[in-house]
Amino acid sequence: MYPTKYHKANSLQEAFELYKSSQDASFLSGGHTLLPVMKQGLAAPSDLIDLSFIDELRGIEVTPQMVVISSMTRHMEVASNDDVIRAVPCLAALAGSIGDRQVRFKGTIGGSLANNDPAADYPAGFLGLGGHVETNLRSIAAEEFFVSMFQTALKPGEIIKRVHLSVPKSAGYAKFRAAAARYSMVGVFVARTELGTRVAVTGAGQSGVYREKSLEAALDQKFDATSLEGIQISSQDLIEDMHASSLYRANLIKVLAKHAVLNMGGIVNLK
Amino acid sequence: MTSISLNVNGKSHDLEIEDNTLLVTALREHLGLTGTHVGCDTSQCGCCVVRLNGESVKSCTTLAIQAKGGKVLTVEGLSVNGELHPLQKAFKDNHALQCGFCTPGMLMSALDLIESHEQVLTPEVVRHQMEGNLCRCTGYHNIVKAIVQASKDMKSSSLC
Repeated sequence: MYPTKYHKANSLQEAFELYKSSQDASFLSGGHTLLPVMKQGLAAPSDLIDLSFIDELRGIEVTPQMVVISSMTRHMEVASNDDVIRAVPCLAALAGSIGDRQVRFKGTIGGSLANNDPAADYPAGFLGLGGHVETNLRSIAAEEFFVSMFQTALKPGEIIKRVHLSVPKSAGYAKFRAAAARYSMVGVFVARTELGTRVAVTGAGQSGVYREKSLEAALDQKFDATSLEGIQISSQDLIEDMHASSLYRANLIKVLAKHAVLNMGGIVNLK
Repeated sequence: MTSISLNVNGKSHDLEIEDNTLLVTALREHLGLTGTHVGCDTSQCGCCVVRLNGESVKSCTTLAIQAKGGKVLTVEGLSVNGELHPLQKAFKDNHALQCGFCTPGMLMSALDLIESHEQVLTPEVVRHQMEGNLCRCTGYHNIVKAIVQASKDMKSSSLC
């Protein structure tokens, strides 16, 4: 790992000031993506600004309409939070299925969304439920937030404060994990909302997480797994790699959407 | 160089480290505690797991400076006066180690798991929660048996 200067930020303002006065800083959250990437020499920030000790960036609030999760809240905390379990059980279960126990002790929702790994679970949950992120500068809707693989609408120095997720009528998530890396090869999040069904797909799209409108339309006709039978998902814009072909992923999207629909309120974790 | 203090296995240490020094490097190279292993160095295998302020963390994916002022427990801190910890004893009794390379990480993850569950662990919970620890000898069956056994032993002794 290249040399770097570590800063423990005690407030959001301090983090922002540190960023502005640094040459090429990165914000550090749980570090389970950034530190491995730094070890490989693929990232070499001059400064690391650790956000994980900032009190105002931790905590969970649940209202009948929204689940609001502060950005440095760890996966373990979301998975075991009684209010989240009551309001959106599938979201708690999704958080409890990320990585492994040690990842869940360190990883945060803000870090996961800001990183926008194309195979991460939280982007599917966020885009599936809908809502917005509140940053130190503005509010960004879920639809506008994810730009492309590893790219978001966040500007340099912009920090996610809170993630506002809409409480659905019900939601389900199904994922199929790659055997060794344990990332979702494909994950499909289905939410029934007042405004219709939302289906968010992770792990498959070449531009990262996206909404599969063909499945949404079919489920809006009739919310039943059989509604998905005749649908062909195009493999054209899907990822093709050592784990699976794009055709395989296209089929998995449909299969997992059915699993999600049949298990609303929970998650299906296939491996 | 930055100065940090760390409490490791009940003993306080003052260390001079670089900001990019990993916790596992501080433990192994600065303090000579080589029981914590580096397996993959890519956050996948769990050989480097230690407890930091009670939680199990991958010490190859934590900067030493992030642990500043914290309490670390490594495999060297498990046995007391030469007596094996109940978890170590369960591993021995159930033949839960073959080459032994993954064992320190397995022990530290399992200890956190047992202590954070009020109930005796079931094999299903152990298999799900121990996913972050890989055994390349593939001796998982006996590892699960040992952790379930230890959770029984530790819960029953804490009732006495």
